[in-house]
Formats: sequence, C-alpha cells, structure tokens
Amino acid sequence: MAENSSLALLTAVPAPTGGADWLSKLRRTAVANAERTGLPGVRTEAWKFTNLNALKALEPVAATGTAEIARPAAFADLEAVELHLSNGMLSHTGDLPDGVELVDLADPTAAPDWVSKTLGTIAETGPHPFTAINTGSFTGGVALRIKRGTMVETPILLMVDTRGQDAGGEQTVAAHPRVLVVVEDGASADLVELHTGAGAYVNNAVAEIVIGKDARLGHYKHQSESDAAFHIAMTAVRCADSSTYDAFALLTGARLSRNEVRATLAGRHIEYRINGGYLACGDQHVDTSTFIDHAEPDCASHELYKGVLADRAHGVFQGKILVRPHAQKTDGYQMNRALLLSREAEINSKPELEIYADDVKCSHGATVGELEDDQLFYLMARGISRERARAMLVAAYVDEAIDQIQREPVREAFRTAAADWMQKHIAGAPASEGV
Amino acid sequence: MAATADTVRQVEEVTGRAYKHGFVTDIDMDMAPKGLDETTIRFISAKKKEPEWLLEWRLKAFRQWLQMKEPNWAKVGYPPIDYQDLYYYAAPTQKPKLNSLDEVDPELLATYEKLGIPLKEQEILAGVVAVDAVFDSVSVATTYKKELEKHGVVFSSISEAVHNYPELVKRYLGSVVPAADNYFACLNSAVFTDGSFVYIPKGVRCPMELSTYFRINAENTGQFERTLIVADEGAYVSYLEGCTAPQRDENQLHAAVVELVALDDAEIKYSTVQNWYPGDENGKGGIYNFVTKRGACRGRRSKISWTQVETGSAITWKYPSCILQGDDSVGEFYSVAITNNAQQADTGTKMIHLGKNTRSTIISKGISAGRADNTYRGLVRVGKRAEGARNFTQCDSLLIGDKCGAHTVPYIESKNPTARVEHEATTSKISEDQLFYCMSRGLSTEDAVGLIVNGFCKEVMKELPMEFAVEAQKLIGISLEGSVG
Repeated sequence: MAENSSLALLTAVPAPTGGADWLSKLRRTAVANAERTGLPGVRTEAWKFTNLNALKALEPVAATGTAEIARPAAFADLEAVELHLSNGMLSHTGDLPDGVELVDLADPTAAPDWVSKTLGTIAETGPHPFTAINTGSFTGGVALRIKRGTMVETPILLMVDTRGQDAGGEQTVAAHPRVLVVVEDGASADLVELHTGAGAYVNNAVAEIVIGKDARLGHYKHQSESDAAFHIAMTAVRCADSSTYDAFALLTGARLSRNEVRATLAGRHIEYRINGGYLACGDQHVDTSTFIDHAEPDCASHELYKGVLADRAHGVFQGKILVRPHAQKTDGYQMNRALLLSREAEINSKPELEIYADDVKCSHGATVGELEDDQLFYLMARGISRERARAMLVAAYVDEAIDQIQREPVREAFRTAAADWMQKHIAGAPASEGV
Repeated sequence: MAATADTVRQVEEVTGRAYKHGFVTDIDMDMAPKGLDETTIRFISAKKKEPEWLLEWRLKAFRQWLQMKEPNWAKVGYPPIDYQDLYYYAAPTQKPKLNSLDEVDPELLATYEKLGIPLKEQEILAGVVAVDAVFDSVSVATTYKKELEKHGVVFSSISEAVHNYPELVKRYLGSVVPAADNYFACLNSAVFTDGSFVYIPKGVRCPMELSTYFRINAENTGQFERTLIVADEGAYVSYLEGCTAPQRDENQLHAAVVELVALDDAEIKYSTVQNWYPGDENGKGGIYNFVTKRGACRGRRSKISWTQVETGSAITWKYPSCILQGDDSVGEFYSVAITNNAQQADTGTKMIHLGKNTRSTIISKGISAGRADNTYRGLVRVGKRAEGARNFTQCDSLLIGDKCGAHTVPYIESKNPTARVEHEATTSKISEDQLFYCMSRGLSTEDAVGLIVNGFCKEVMKELPMEFAVEAQKLIGISLEGSVG
C-alpha cells in the first residue's frame, strides 16, 4: 500500500500532544493510519489520475500566526456572519445569531459533548491519508452547532485563508484547518466556505457535517487559492431522516486541488444535492471526487458537475454512487460535463454506479467535448464576434450548474465569482455585472 | 407488489433447473501431466511440431508470466487458482487428417448433436457457415475449406497456420495483444494449444460466415485458445464464436486470447455467444472465463465490431477492445451479459481513439438475477491526435430480485478538444406495469419477463448475424427459462 510514503506533511506539524483523552486517542489512531498508508500514488485507484509527486517533494513547515482576511470581490456584498480561519486558526468571530454555538478547536480540551462525541467520527482516517494527517495535525479550526429547531437566516461565511512563502521561497507552509458543523433536528442554516491565500502553501482541510432529522444545510464552497497552492479538502457528510443537504463547489484556484465529498445517507427521505463547477487554466490540476452512500431507502441524490478546462489544465472527476441492498426506491442522478477549450487540456472522468437494490432509479452520464459549432454560428450570424460568442456560451454552460444553488443571494455571488474568473481567463468575457 | 413477489419466487423456482448442456463425452485423451513449467511448454510445442521461434516466444512469455501478479481489480471473487493443479494440454488421440465430416469420430459428432449444433445440417444447408469445430484443443473438422480456398481465404487451426503460413502468423501473432499484456494473456501466450487463424486477402469479401464452436471437455483442462484474424485491405469477414460446456464440479479455467487486425477499408465482425457451465446455484463449479480480446483498426476507414451474448460461466472477465489507429476507423461493442445465481461478470470494452475522425459506439446491457454481480467496466480514451473523434456509450442494467448487484465503472479520458464523448447509464427493474400489461394479454409471468428482457436486449441482438441470432435467442431463452422467468 505505502508508495513513496513521504509524510513530510504530517511531521511538519508536530502532532499536538496533551489535550483531552478522546482527542489524543483520535490523534494517535490518525497518525498510525497515516504512517501505515503513506501518501497515495497513482497506483492507488482513488488517486489514479492525480499525481502527487510535486506535493510529495515538499517539506512544508507548520503555518503560524494569523493575518487579516479580505473577502473576494464577488462576495463583498453578501450579507453574512463572518468567521475567519487564518493559517488554520480561528482568528475572527462575527456576531453569531441566537441558537448557534461555536467552539474554537485550538483548545478542544474543554469541548462539550457534541464536539467530543462527533469530531473524527464522520471523516474516516483509515482509508484517507490526508484526512488522517489533518486529524493528527490540526492546530485549530471551528466547530459550529445549530441548535434544534433554529432557523439561521443570515449565511455564515467561513473564510479560510493561508499565507505561504512567496513563490520561489525555500519553504512551503502547511495548514490543516478543521471544521465541524452539527445541524440539529429541525434546524436550518447556510454555510459559505471561501478558501483563499497567498504564496506557496498546502491547505489540507477537513470538514465534518452532521445533519439531523428534518434539518437543512446549504453548504457552498468557493476555492480560489493562490496559484502556487495545493488544496486538498475532504468534506464528510452524514444525513439523518428527511434532511436536506444542498451543496455547491466552485473550484478555480490552486496549482493542484482535490475536492473530495463523501456522504452517508443514513436515513429515509433525504434530499442530497451536490453540484459544482471547476474552471481551470494554465497548468492547473483540478480533481473532484465524490462518493454517495445510499444506505437507506427512499432517498434522492442529485449531482451535476460542469468543468471548463483551458490551456494545459487537467480535470479529474470521479463520482461514485453506492446503493446498498436495503436502499430501495433510491433516486440517484449523476452527471459530469467537461468542456475542453484548448488542445492541451485534458479530462479524466469516471462516473461509477454500484447498485445492490432492484427497485431504484439510477442514472449517470458524462460528456466531454468542445463548444457546439452550431451555437457559435447562431451567435456569430447575429453579429457577435467569435470571441464574445465563445465566452457567452462558456458562461451559459457554467450557469446551468450554478443555477442549482438553492439560496438566492449566495447563488448570485457564485455567479459573479464564476464571471470574474472568465473575465480574467477567457478572451471576450464580459465584466461580471454584464452577465 | 404481487407481481414482483411472483417474479422473485419464479426466479427462485426455476433456477433449480439443471444445466441443459451438462454431459460428458468419453474419448481417449492425449494429455500433458498436470502442472506448469518449461517442460510442459516444450511438451505442447513438441506435440504441435512447432518451429523454434514459436517455442522461444512461448518460453519468453512464460518467464514474464512468472514475474506477474494475478490482477484483482475486477469486481469478482473466487478461490485462488492453483496453476499447478491444471492440465495444460489435452487432445483427442491423433487420427489421420480428415477430408469430410464422415471421417470424424462419431462420438464427437454425437456430442455436437446433443448440444444442438447441427454440424451436418449446416453442411447440407446451402453452405452458409463453415465450421472449424474445436473439440477441446485440437481442431478436428474443418469444412468448406475448399470453397474458402477458392477465394483465397485462409481459415484453419492456428497450429496448421504456423506450418502453412509461418510469415503471416509470425507477423501478426502478439501484435495486438503482446505476450506480456496482462496476466491471463501472458499465460495464454505460454501455453496456448489451439484456436483459429483467419486471413482474408486484399479486396475479398468472405463468401460465408466463419464459425468455430469451442467446446470444453476434458476434466481439469485449462483451455487456452488463441485466435488470430487478419483482414487485408478492403476485406470483409464475419466470424462467429459459440461455446457450451459440460457440467463439472471443479472449476475450469479458460484464458483465451483473440487478436483482430483490420487494414485499410477492411471490416471484421466478431460475434460471440457464450454459454459455458455457470456452476450450480451456489456457485460451485462453473467456468472461469478470463479472456483478452482486442482488435486493431490499423488501416484507414477500417472497422471492427464486437457483439457478445454472455450467459454462461461462473466468472466472466472480458473486455473486447478496439484500438482505432487508422483515420476514420470505427469500433463497435454490443453486449448482453446475463448473470444469475452466484455468477459474476465483469465485462466491458476499451475504445482507444488514436486516429482522426475515429468513431466508436458502445451498447451494453447487463441483466442480473439471483445473487449475481454484473459489472460494466469500460474505457474510452481519446489521444491528442484524434481530431474529431466521437464516442457514444450506453450502459443499461436490469435488476431482477433484491439480492443481486449491477455496477457501472466507465473511464473517460480525453486529450483532444474536438473529440466528443458521451456516456449514459441507467439502472432499472422490470416494472410492475410492464408485467401487468403483458399478463393481462394472456402471457404467463415467465413469458412476460422473457418478452420484456428480450426487448431490453433488442439493440444488441439485432447486431448478431441472422444464423447466430436464432441460437442466441435460444440461449437467452434458456437463461430466461432457467433464470429469469
């Protein structure tokens, strides 16, 4: 199993000792798991298309200190309660609404039960080395609890920022931000997660999400890390009866990113929605891996990912739906569409179904290609330049995924963020307000 | 609900039925001792009076095989195979070369008749099909050879071809599936005993469909067929392969290799109906079918089309593939895979687009019943130079009962923006509405399920050649009777 088990990432941040018993036990197991498996190589099926050699060559040091974090332009006007995680440490807490409890994970010794009983139980460390490294190394983070029946109107804006060395600097830093969100029965909230940074660094983030009965969480992530950054993220979700999870990920940053979302649908009548867009250019490598475990009957999952790959960008999509024998009446939909805009761009797509129940409706699809000539022609025949027509079509293409975001002001912020990316990287794209 | 319950019950009832083709023919065998080492390979090679280069080729493959590990990525489980506990060579005792069917061992002919393969009938029936019948490993009867010779078509056992057309064999053997391609292909390269060789010369349209019936017979005999088909420029051939095997308690290993080469404007259509012994309802016995099939569209505008109906075998591990090298070449894969009881099938295809404007179509229908697992595993790869490549893939799964599994594992890799790749997959069951509709018109549950499943497979069945379609339908019929309803 262990291929080239460079664990510099782990040892760079000395696993914090002390702390509560539950925590030291959790960390010991995690470190043992990380040491056992090492960092995955391309012979590991789950990492087949994402080569980590560049990451393995690093010997990062622990990120220290905190810095001011500014909102990306697209999110400037979003009304939200801000939480800042700078270099993996909680550095700012806005005014939280009633019914929302916060625990700073920098000092979890006195953590209440809802933290100590949950943290580390959703994101497994055995099969996932980076999660193990995070669990063994996190020095800070935030745990949020939306209390039973609480309806949080204002989105919570979690701004995760890492300051690395200047590109070309000798050393890279590594941060391991940790997030836990517990949405109790009947509660509802929206979490907007922004990942930004400067210089060269590794952001190895883990988020655990627990959604109670009849609860709802909107979870919208925008990853716009620095060009020299590595972004490795694991989001692990567990849903109970009749809950709703509406997630979206817009991935535009980092030289190499892996956004993995794993969910267990552990109750009936769950609505699980996970959509996203990945926009990459230059030499970026962007990996989206998702796993949905339909463990109980009567649940629906919806997944639509759209990718735009320009220049020499390399996109990876691995999606798997598992329907267990007991999970009858499952309705699963999964679609990945990728648009290749250049001769050097590349996509690897692996949508996978594993089904053990007969009374289910599952479908998946994948398409790869370039823009339709007919559509270009249609626009150009109406006097629009080729460049502009192309940009319009790309924007419309990405919009289909962004439309899936259920929360309106958030949706518009993401639309602007996508438009900003296109304006920067696609010739002919209009300024964001023009879309 | 009642209809569903009925179907499930019916499935359980009828699966108890014994395998129809289970019987054993007693015939003298000329065997190599059990086990595998260089001596075995030299024995096989000597038996076949092979030239030195081929022996060397085999030995090289064997030495590579020893370094290789058995693959475990497929979604199949089976007890470890003891490669030393198998016979690697069994041939019916040598008889003088035959000129007509009358000279064939009557016991052999009787076996075919029991299987319902009307070899004699075919001879009478207007010469549509030539049969290079394989009994175990050595080809014993080749019909219509003369008619084919008239057109310059070579259709013989591969061991004969080694002697008669050494240049052709040497040039193409292992050129599509290299000796060390994968574990099972490598084993085959070392110990292959026989198989068919077909060569269609330039511009010739093969006057009849070529057909080989493979038959596994000797107990504990691994079958290592090797087939090589070369269609020269502008040639066309349709090749039919059908298999059944007698009932055995011990698992039988089958690791065949099929290589197809299509040059400019050539077309090869390769159809398979596979109905080997699937084992009893607990999965005891049954054939392990680890097959490497690959076609190379070397020439411009060439075409290779695979059609398979897989109903048998305890384990199927099979990915008939197309390497689309020539510009404007076409690859097709049409598959029906039925698994029942404890059967496991992991099958699919690879379409490797290298040339410009290459096109491929994949239609896969998986039907899973009992406790069976049915996996589609496929790869569509578009290389940098494959301008305007086009792929369409459709994988549909049908589940019957709540204890079986259907899985889809497609890999899509594109390095060319002008390529268009589409994949879609669905999973469904036989709906109660469909059953009710049929049954309210007087069909029994069994017939209704049969009708629905046939409809589900129609897109693939229509690709089979006429003569074969009848047999294939019969085989699906048997599987349906005996497994679906």
